Amino acid sequence: MPTPKEEPPVTSAEFIKAYRVMLLARVLEEKLASLYRGGMIKGGVFLGRGQEALSVSVAQPLRKGDIFAPLIRDQAGRMAFGDTVLDTLRTYLGSQLGPMKGRDGNIHRGRPREGYYAMISHLGAMVPAVAGALLARRLKGETGIVGATCLGDGATSTGAFHEGLNAAAVEKLPLVLVVANNQYAYSTPNSRQFVCRDLIDKAIGYGVAAHKVDATDLEQCLLTLRKAVRAAREGGGPQFVVGDLLRLVGHGEHDDAHYVDPALKSAPIGRDCLLLAEEQIIAKAWATRTETAAWRQEAEGEVNSTVDKVRREPGPNPEDDDWMAYSKSEFAEHYAGA
Amino acid sequence: MSSITYLEAIRLAQEKALADDPRVFLYGQDVGNFGGAFKASKNLAKEFPGRVFDAPLSEDAIIGMAVGAAIEGMRPIVEMQFADFSTCGFNQIVNHAATLYYRTGVPCPIVVRLPSGGTSGGGPFHSQSMEALYAHYPGLVVMTPATVEDAYSMLLEAVALDDPVIFCEHKFLYYHLKAEELPETALPVGKARLARAGRDATIVTHGAMLHEAIAAANELATDGYELEIVDLRTVKPLDMDIVLASVARTGRLLCVSEEWPWGGVAAEVIARVTSEGFGLLDVAPQRLNAKDTPVPYHPDLWSVHRPTASAIAEASRRLLNI
Ligand SMILES: Cc1ncc(C[n+]2csc(CCOP(=O)(O)OP(=O)(O)O)c2C)c(N)n1
Ligand SMILES: [Mg+2]
Repeated sequence: MPTPKEEPPVTSAEFIKAYRVMLLARVLEEKLASLYRGGMIKGGVFLGRGQEALSVSVAQPLRKGDIFAPLIRDQAGRMAFGDTVLDTLRTYLGSQLGPMKGRDGNIHRGRPREGYYAMISHLGAMVPAVAGALLARRLKGETGIVGATCLGDGATSTGAFHEGLNAAAVEKLPLVLVVANNQYAYSTPNSRQFVCRDLIDKAIGYGVAAHKVDATDLEQCLLTLRKAVRAAREGGGPQFVVGDLLRLVGHGEHDDAHYVDPALKSAPIGRDCLLLAEEQIIAKAWATRTETAAWRQEAEGEVNSTVDKVRREPGPNPEDDDWMAYSKSEFAEHYAGA
Repeated sequence: MSSITYLEAIRLAQEKALADDPRVFLYGQDVGNFGGAFKASKNLAKEFPGRVFDAPLSEDAIIGMAVGAAIEGMRPIVEMQFADFSTCGFNQIVNHAATLYYRTGVPCPIVVRLPSGGTSGGGPFHSQSMEALYAHYPGLVVMTPATVEDAYSMLLEAVALDDPVIFCEHKFLYYHLKAEELPETALPVGKARLARAGRDATIVTHGAMLHEAIAAANELATDGYELEIVDLRTVKPLDMDIVLASVARTGRLLCVSEEWPWGGVAAEVIARVTSEGFGLLDVAPQRLNAKDTPVPYHPDLWSVHRPTASAIAEASRRLLNI
């Protein structure tokens, strides 16, 4: 396994940039949880608490022109790739002005034209899709592009994951595939999901490069992902990254996660990456507690004022929707009565 | 007995199937100790040790394993977490389970439970109605229970049946539909039910749309029009006798289905009525389906996307020329 040691160290600027995105994602998700409890959200809420360090680290080394296909728990990565508090809240609160116009919601949002892919729920499906996108970039003569996508431990059991990673390996595509190994797929523990010694071993079977990281540790995440993204960009083929961590929330906000093993919660894997990152900032004297508190306040201010704004925005009006699933409007079929 | 929900009826049917038949086992994501995403197998893992267990996140394997187990004489009930995810196991359902008996003479007694249909905020991937899709394939029995009683008795029938059953249980009915007790007997598999008697027009429907249709019929009754409603119960096989008998009485037909219009259950019923009972019709038969787009996420779009009581009432008025 390549060691992140050869990498130049993480700078304070890099670390703080990532930390502030994590913080904003955390504050935003805390707000989403309270809006959910207040019945303000249309549909479900699925949060990424505890996964911010890994998620932000996937997207931070990406550039404009790259591809990012986030999954359920990637609020931080989404924001590092350019998603905003405004678009997030517009989607969750069902504003007509959001990128999905009320047609799809929550974690399914995206802007594919900007390389920010909109996941379908069917887990694993984004792996071959990103591989295909990278194949297209190659066919178009674009070089130096990277495509990153994330999934959970559970999603490594899908056919799409296996087929997609294998196909990407055959084509030696610049795919960075990141597994957030949060120990559970909904209620299902890893012991009922796979029996390989470690998920990282799957890389051997596909002949792709492997990277393992303690995903509670922001610095390690930044180093590992920076290295993986660079390796993909420089022609090293698919990079398989496994980050070990614990889901610090329910599967969704409807779920109390009573099934999570208390031993995991009190183990190092159960630590909160955001708190650890803050401790590191303080320990290294990159900022004071007053400053980190001010950053949080700033994030809260942005989130709260955006909620106020979005709540006044109209929802989609069924009369105005063209109800068209085809780009070619001549293909609209008119079913009497519908 | 306190009142039983549609969801609890499904749980009780699974419990009874496990208790009555040692060949039955439950397999699916989170169905074990957690009791399933909707709690349709709550406590069953404890009650039937070793016979209710969690599957990896692998629909293709879940259904493929059920097929293999069925060949070996077991009666697996597998749960898809949502009907929509059954597409990841589609190959095993339509190419393996559905063809087995025809190819080999060996039946494939699996039950695939599909938590189906739309609920507010469900969106494109947690809302689909897939009964017409599966009904297209020869060899599959497709059940769409619309009542608590049917949810219970049809699931038991599904387990007893030698052919593979796609069991489309409607999530919209899970919690709010209640019954005081569960039936001891039931209509045979493949028989539809006259859910409401009427004389002016026939509505043929199934699943959650039954309740929208009943509400529409009640609305029209206040204007003095009586709609007859047929609840198909199974969409394959399709009970055309009861449909044709009803159309013979009313001369007017409206088919209401929550799935998409093209090639849907409504389309099939209308095709059969026009070819087998054209002379019974006084006016052109009509249908009402979901709109021909993915199921939208926003509740305001969703409530217009699928047929509702008021849309059915409006379509009925047009059919009756009022
Ligand atoms: C193909 C497929 N089957 C089932 C589901 C339902 N489902 C949604 S999330 C989830 C668990 C996912 O676990 P994991 O991949 O570990 O990601 P995590 O939720 O832990 O981040 C399941 C089973 C799905 N979305 N897609
Ligand atoms: Mg997981």
